[in-house]
Amino acid sequence: MNTRTLPLYVTIAIFLVGYLICWLQYPNILSTRVVGNLLTDNAYLGIVAVGMTLVILSGGIDLSVGSVIAFSGVFIAVMLRDSGLHPLLVFALLLALTTAFGAAMGWLVYWLAMPAFIVTLAGMFLARGAAYLLSVDSVPIQHDFYRMLQGAYWLMPGRGRLTLIGVLMLAVVAAGIVIAHKTRFGTSVFALGGGEATARLMGVRQGRTTVLVYAFSGLTAGLSGIVFSIYTGSGYSLGTVGTELTAIACVVIGGTLLSGGAGYMFGTLVGVLTMGLIQTYIVFDGSLSSWWTKIVIGILILAFILLQKGLVRLSQARLNAGEP
Amino acid sequence: MLLSIRSLTKEFPGTKALDSVDFDLRAGEIHALLGENGAGKSTLIKCLTGAYQRDAGTVTLEGREIAPRSTVEAQDLGIGTVYQEVNLLPNLTVAQNLLFGHEPRRMGLIDSRAMRLRARAMLAEYGLDLNVDRDLATCSVAIQQIIAIARAVSLSGKVLILDEPTASLDAREIEMVFGVVRNLRDRGLGIVFVSHFLDQVFDLTDRLTVLRNGRHIVTEETATLDRVRLIEHMLGRSLQDEVLHSRPPDRGPRPELLRFTGFGRKGRIEPFDLDIGAGEVVGLAGLLGSGRTESAEAIFGLQPAQTGEARDRSGVLDLSSPRKAIAAGFGFAPEDRKTDGIVADLSIRENIILALQARRGWARPIARAEQARIAVDYIRRLDIRTSGPEKRIGELSGGNQQKVVLARWLAMNPRFLILDEPTRGIDVGAHAEILHLIHQLVEQGMSLLVISSELDELMAVSNRIIVLRDRRHIAALAGDEVSGPTIMRAIAGVDAPVEKGAVEKGCVEDAPVEAAPVGTAPVEDAPVKDMPVEDVPVEKGGE
Repeated sequence: MNTRTLPLYVTIAIFLVGYLICWLQYPNILSTRVVGNLLTDNAYLGIVAVGMTLVILSGGIDLSVGSVIAFSGVFIAVMLRDSGLHPLLVFALLLALTTAFGAAMGWLVYWLAMPAFIVTLAGMFLARGAAYLLSVDSVPIQHDFYRMLQGAYWLMPGRGRLTLIGVLMLAVVAAGIVIAHKTRFGTSVFALGGGEATARLMGVRQGRTTVLVYAFSGLTAGLSGIVFSIYTGSGYSLGTVGTELTAIACVVIGGTLLSGGAGYMFGTLVGVLTMGLIQTYIVFDGSLSSWWTKIVIGILILAFILLQKGLVRLSQARLNAGEP
Repeated sequence: MLLSIRSLTKEFPGTKALDSVDFDLRAGEIHALLGENGAGKSTLIKCLTGAYQRDAGTVTLEGREIAPRSTVEAQDLGIGTVYQEVNLLPNLTVAQNLLFGHEPRRMGLIDSRAMRLRARAMLAEYGLDLNVDRDLATCSVAIQQIIAIARAVSLSGKVLILDEPTASLDAREIEMVFGVVRNLRDRGLGIVFVSHFLDQVFDLTDRLTVLRNGRHIVTEETATLDRVRLIEHMLGRSLQDEVLHSRPPDRGPRPELLRFTGFGRKGRIEPFDLDIGAGEVVGLAGLLGSGRTESAEAIFGLQPAQTGEARDRSGVLDLSSPRKAIAAGFGFAPEDRKTDGIVADLSIRENIILALQARRGWARPIARAEQARIAVDYIRRLDIRTSGPEKRIGELSGGNQQKVVLARWLAMNPRFLILDEPTRGIDVGAHAEILHLIHQLVEQGMSLLVISSELDELMAVSNRIIVLRDRRHIAALAGDEVSGPTIMRAIAGVDAPVEKGAVEKGCVEDAPVEAAPVGTAPVEDAPVKDMPVEDVPVEKGGE
């Protein structure tokens, strides 16, 4: 078997086994209502994790996304309150802004040859600060169009609600799969993650690719901000603190190599759902502290890092054993 | 003429990497490019592939002058390159690697099916049939190398440059790659083959060109050039200074300072025995990759020895790390001054006191005034040309940088100093000064181990010379035996007694690659001896 696909299978297996365990205790968990909520509750996380996956595949990291989501919520809420613009126009403005923000960070990462960690750390503080600047308090969003978005859902068999934002998340994941695995740009991203020097020798336009990768991450962060504002009905500059780390955790649990160059976009979706499943279980149980989510996530991340290391060893050993 | 280079010159701060080099490549020939480290091979190649821009000269491809500014541009012009290591992406599939940047598309998206078919067709041309969806990392190095060649040829198709393509292959894999290369030659490509394995050069190439110190030395038909002459061209006799042609005065036997027995490390250097006398200079001669630097690194604990021991008069020495070697009174000025020797951004003073401070421990800093005194003292004694001790060392010329490296070790007052290529990339004047300095150190009673690709230099400073080949110490020459011809013959391995001696010691497995199939197959074991002769190579090849 190809060692590269193994982490993806492991991810899927863990999710299925987890679901099985939950189902044995709480048969209700299989109902479409739970599934619908799983998608809705984790929509913003899933969307931003798609951007994060691409960044990590390219060998980088984007720490700014949590702050960008918070900024987006505040930006939308303040604009709707003060300007009277239509939400769709505000969305367009916001997405242009966050995409440009991401592109600028990518540009710095490439042209200054700075570690992505540092550049996006600066971006993280910048975006959070900008959100405070707009409003320190939580700003409620009251708009008919918003109420319409919040209420939009399709009824699934079993009375589960497939909400608009849940569908949007699935659509972003689908787009992410196509971009990462079916375009030359996506191949360039994998190439960069595999080795910058080699990628350049093979003709990857490193500058263009890096800028686009971070721009895409900015775009998904903005989109995630929109979804989060629909989900919560407000914008709050103290919200989504640490979401960037949760997104990174989803990517790693989804089987993507944290050092870049290997992984599957679909795995990230499974990673997000696994995380959501753990939370759902804790809600069902009722007596467990929500901190158990973090502990389980911690263990899973550790397990995946060990798995990846083991796989590298394994393929090395196979090669040394002279397999043609 | 397919590719023609005239008066190619490339300068770097402090060194002239290429000095008016001419080079011609015909369509349908394999042309070896030879030379020691720093001879200019890789600079020449980088000028061809667009990694460097030349400072002067012309490069014409099929009669048209070219000046590629990137590897991609060079590829589009028709020049493809396969490097020893970084070629392809191990995390992508075989097909993705073959067609990277040229993937067949349908409606903007990559057409996986067409890609698979095209990749398979490309490999079929090279007689390879493998699953193109597997990760490149799961293929053997030889297959990866052939895939890299296939990619380079399909993208460029006129000139193929192979830069040390066989360095990590075994004998059978090398034959496989060579088969592919010969096939490409017959299809009319011009192939530049860079290697320091002379056996392979004689086996594969039609013509060869030797570079030395950035200059073109000779271009000849491989078949008509004998091995000793080739080595003479490579190691050269380039020194003019009369002092350098003298031999060091023979002061008779000296008290023994160090004794290494059975010292070796698997995969780097076969176990060797070596004595160093007090105030003696021992030279290590051999070609690149023969085990010179590897010997020095084992002694200094950089790649610690796994077998054998080192002793001085007071007992066994622990040389398991550079720190311990320094504690034992050793010093090491490495070959690659820029990356291993100096810290370019620090001042001369800081570079000089580096080792001294490391030995004292960082908790006890040397007073600034004391540092300055040491630095000024060595700047004067070694005649380092600088405006002052606070100048950044990166701004000095190569010769002066080397003097600073020497000063660093002299400040430690070591009893045994290893100099790996002490005069590499240094102009003629500074060259002589460094050699004078070596003489002075010996006068003061220091022992040295000197590695050099320049035989004249080695002979000028060494009391004894150890010759290395294929990671083994194969001969020790002293007194009257030390002469250019004897050393070169030993390196070339044309002296029957030397060759026999090596085989008798039981080192057969490591015999040169070209000889492996028939000539030196091990015959000590009775079962092998009883076999029909023609079975022996098959048995060997199948391993």
